[in-house]
Amino acid sequence: MSQHSDTTLRPDLQLIADWIPPRSRVLDLGCGDGALLAHLQCHKQVTGYGVEIDVGNIARCVAAGVNAVQGDLEAGLADFRDASFDHVILSQTIQAMQHTEEILLEMLRVGREAIVTFPNFGYWENRWQILQGHMPVSETIPYQWYDTPNIHWCMLGDFEALCAKNGIGVLERVVMNEGRRIRVLPNLRGSLAFYRVARRG
Amino acid sequence: MSTTESSVGIVSAQQALFDVPLDLACGKTLTSYQLTFETYGELNAARSNAILICHALSGHHHAAGRYQPDDKSPGWWDSMIGPGKPIDTRRFFVVALNNLGGCHGSTGPSSINPETGRPWGSAFPVVTVPDWVTAQARLADRLGIDRWAAVIGGSLGGMQALQWSINYPERVANAIVVAAAPKLSAQNIAFNDVARQAILTDPDFHGGDFYQNGAIPRRGLRLARMLGHITYLSDDGMGEKFGRMLRSGEYKFGYDVEFEIESYLRYQGDKFSDYFDANTYLLMTKALDYFDPAKDHGGDLVAALKQATANFLVASFTSDWRFSPLRSRELVQALIAADKRVAYGEIESTHGHDAFLMTDQPYVDLMRAYLDRVAKEVAA
Repeated sequence: MSQHSDTTLRPDLQLIADWIPPRSRVLDLGCGDGALLAHLQCHKQVTGYGVEIDVGNIARCVAAGVNAVQGDLEAGLADFRDASFDHVILSQTIQAMQHTEEILLEMLRVGREAIVTFPNFGYWENRWQILQGHMPVSETIPYQWYDTPNIHWCMLGDFEALCAKNGIGVLERVVMNEGRRIRVLPNLRGSLAFYRVARRG
Repeated sequence: MSTTESSVGIVSAQQALFDVPLDLACGKTLTSYQLTFETYGELNAARSNAILICHALSGHHHAAGRYQPDDKSPGWWDSMIGPGKPIDTRRFFVVALNNLGGCHGSTGPSSINPETGRPWGSAFPVVTVPDWVTAQARLADRLGIDRWAAVIGGSLGGMQALQWSINYPERVANAIVVAAAPKLSAQNIAFNDVARQAILTDPDFHGGDFYQNGAIPRRGLRLARMLGHITYLSDDGMGEKFGRMLRSGEYKFGYDVEFEIESYLRYQGDKFSDYFDANTYLLMTKALDYFDPAKDHGGDLVAALKQATANFLVASFTSDWRFSPLRSRELVQALIAADKRVAYGEIESTHGHDAFLMTDQPYVDLMRAYLDRVAKEVAA
């Protein structure tokens, strides 16, 4: 009955799933139709909740057996108590948020670790399009400049600087392009960045 | 579409008599009582597909279908219950009852007190949500239902679903709590008291013993219902439906009905006062006011919910200001803090508190998705 099986999990979600140890407590922010949580519940006995702004997606999560709570991330994570999760996930959403710094701090208030992924603005194709006089449009940035939800672009170094400013340490970083891991010149060749972060000390 | 398609069709009510005394929260005891209920669908061999429908303030056991083919309107939740509907009677055995203290066949203030041979009237004890849940559990025993696949209710009905999950954790697989709150706010209690005062101060009320005087406190009931009705709708919804429309197109400079909204409210109030019992209205609003499952746990709702083992669905409506989404969110926060499995949907609607009786598509979709899951859980 479930449309969420191994074969259909998007490569970027699969990478996140690989970072989550079995039986963790997970909070998935902007969980969409619950694909990641459904997968984690099924394969890693993970417990937790999704947060999602769209009620249609809440129904999809319910159908997939995922506990999803409707909420607006811009309002913070008041529904959740301090240190009540092992991992808090924010997948390809931080660049579209008004309160970028706040959500990062909130994630590490309610969770021991945070996983943040975002399209890397420093990817060479983006730079190339800018050189040609246009705002980038690509697989990971599929919007025109005038109707994009994305308002806070960053590159790897920018995100790492924001973490450093807030006493947040990077535990792990992976950069991918079209589902493949990029190790050489990641800020130039990687279109999607994955970070696992935690409070220092 | 014909009227019987997706309907449970023609239904009839049943009665269950209970002779085992029921100790109530108020300290009094009902030595015997009757509950009136209806059932739709078939109980499966494993007795695992039963759903309890809990009614709200002025509700009763007639939740779906019709008594006669030409009945003007079907049961109060016919939009949600029936073959192919979210509470699908092809899959579930649905039980809906009239609570104790009601005026639709269950023992209540208008019933005959066996000790006096006269209507109970003012002597009928105050009943609470936990009392109702106990009475409902006895009905479940009678029907051979050990565990409900789901207990479902809106408003005061949602409170009963919540209480079930706390008082009988092993007997509730899923609790669906719609447009409810973990306890009333001061504003809500205030509204209830204005409604009660309208009834209590009606000269025809006779201290609750109006039955033997051949009187009915119609004016009080009417006012109580008009006030209630205003609070169940939203300003936007009322504006859309009535605006400032005038019945005759011009001001009359008097106090008769001029605006359409006045006409509507008076009509609703009159209709209500024809069929509802004043003492029942007092009891039901008191049950609302007293509801506070956290009270037995030092005011800690999380502690109260710890013992629940059900899966929860909580839903609220954006334009509901009587039980606003914030109140549902309080419940969701407590459920999360108690580490319960919960899904929460905040439905965009202009229908105010009454939206739980309506068919806003996202609401129906959410209920359907959840109940599909319940059906899969209980499938043999």
